[in-house]
Amino acid sequence: MAHVHEHDENAGAEQRKAIWRTFWILLILTALEFLIAFTLTAGTLKTAIFVGMTIVKAFYIVGEFMHLKHEVKSLIWATLLPCIFVVWLLIALMTEGGSIFDLR
Amino acid sequence: MAATAQPNVKNVWLGGVEPMKASYGKLMMWFFLVSDTFTFSALLVSYGLVRFSYPAYAGKVADFVSSPAYWPIPEKVFDALPFMHGLHAPLVFVGIMTFILILSSVTMVLAVEAGHRMDRAAVEKYMLWTILGGATFLGCQAWEWTHFIHGTDNGTVIKELVDGSWVSKTVFGANLTQNQYGPPAFADLFFFITGFHGTHVFSGVVLNYLIFYRTSTGFYDRRGSYEMVEKVGLYWHFVDLVWVFVFTFFYLV
Repeated sequence: MAHVHEHDENAGAEQRKAIWRTFWILLILTALEFLIAFTLTAGTLKTAIFVGMTIVKAFYIVGEFMHLKHEVKSLIWATLLPCIFVVWLLIALMTEGGSIFDLR
Repeated sequence: MAATAQPNVKNVWLGGVEPMKASYGKLMMWFFLVSDTFTFSALLVSYGLVRFSYPAYAGKVADFVSSPAYWPIPEKVFDALPFMHGLHAPLVFVGIMTFILILSSVTMVLAVEAGHRMDRAAVEKYMLWTILGGATFLGCQAWEWTHFIHGTDNGTVIKELVDGSWVSKTVFGANLTQNQYGPPAFADLFFFITGFHGTHVFSGVVLNYLIFYRTSTGFYDRRGSYEMVEKVGLYWHFVDLVWVFVFTFFYLV
């Protein structure tokens, strides 16, 4: 954060290096997703790989670009914990969707 | 962290200090983004629900033909490129859009970093790149929508039950009630989800422009802080984050 780096000349350069490193990670992951999209056949494994890679990408965007990884713990948890409700909604509505399919 | 001026650690939450080590504005941006996460999650989870309520396409990918009877394979729907009429380029255009948005996120975080050093020229430069990236993304989305709405050359023959008798008709493109690519719900969700995201990109570009304007007029130099760049940066990265999820769940899975 601002007051931490202001007096340190090298800190900015280090930060820029970390930014570009994150960029390459995101780019390589996206390229890999493309590769998998056209090589693996559709199924649970493919979906699981895509979801996993998406979560890794989200981790880098939120953690590095949005700087959340370097914030205090209470802010990290205040942001992440409410997302548990999304997981619940996902499980509930997926089950519901399957049930509608069975009844149609 | 304990070294900062806090005489009594037990009183961190009693006012006068920032317990989360973030300013009011930044905290409120984080909490707004959490609420926005719920909105986008609701849209994407609804996509999951509707998709699960329709049969999946069972045959070979190469033999795929559009039909309202089953959910389409996204790579067979989004396979067009501007100026390359008739070319089958599955997901290439959306891949380019993803790349543009990631890159504009990088220039945004570089602007934030330059703001920490109070480097006005660098903030201006990176904000301009970010605005350019956002505007390009919006342009790409406009093209993608236009193509999706107008449809392919041959369209899809769809049988409909009208007043008790089956009627065949050719449908071109998609709107909220008709869809040549699959069930109408697929087009509805496409318009809602990418539209809601596109609206976010648009407001992000407007906010980025405001930041650029205030930077170039020296407003943040006079204020002595470039924290506004950071707050709007959070919003811009969130828009990129949402696209990562839309890309996976709408185009890949």
